Amino acid sequence: MAADVYKALADATRRAILDELQDRDGQSLFELCTRLTMRHGLGSTRQAVSQHLEVLEEVGLVTVRREGRYKFHHLDTGPLRQIATRWPVPDQGESP
Amino acid sequence: MIRITVTSVFVDDQSAALDFYTRVLGFEVKNDIPLGGDDRWLTVVSPAAPDGVELLLEPSGHPAVGPYKAALVEDGIPATSFGVDDIQAEFERLTALGVRFVQPPTDMGPVVVATLDDTCGNLIQIAQMKG
Repeated sequence: MAADVYKALADATRRAILDELQDRDGQSLFELCTRLTMRHGLGSTRQAVSQHLEVLEEVGLVTVRREGRYKFHHLDTGPLRQIATRWPVPDQGESP
Repeated sequence: MIRITVTSVFVDDQSAALDFYTRVLGFEVKNDIPLGGDDRWLTVVSPAAPDGVELLLEPSGHPAVGPYKAALVEDGIPATSFGVDDIQAEFERLTALGVRFVQPPTDMGPVVVATLDDTCGNLIQIAQMKG
């Protein structure tokens, strides 16, 4: 596998981006930057956030959708399935 | 003392902008002065502050404006921001009028913000300060 989902997840800012897309899917770069600043105290530049998004896109955790002149970012948790497949989580019966 | 009296947004079509900024958003015309060609010195104000800051609806004719606006819209960056007392009510009122929001009201800590498309090539943020 060329793109490494583990490396993509090994960064607090990228995990925060996934958290915010989980909260609301389909965000512009500006909305993501605002949320990272106002909700996580992460003062990343727009360029830095854009680069983090590229890493997440490479491993398929984020997809980009163009709609007219807009560009929205969407969460795809599909690539995380390989983690549970590789290290299955025992069924605990009732949900934790 | 220096003051901010006019600020501006580039609009694709001044007549369409006049309709959107008055009929839809709720501003009032302050100045509408022909400038030559089809361009006008067209400003609007809030009914809450008729002698306050004027918003100039500026023609987009310069060749640099199109790429500039397109790049901002692609990344979701608002051209400017307006204050509202009740953002949820404004969101519902404007949505009912057919306004497209690219971001619904979102809690950002001290402020709740939303972003709409002004149909004139810009994204506009509206903001309600908390408490």
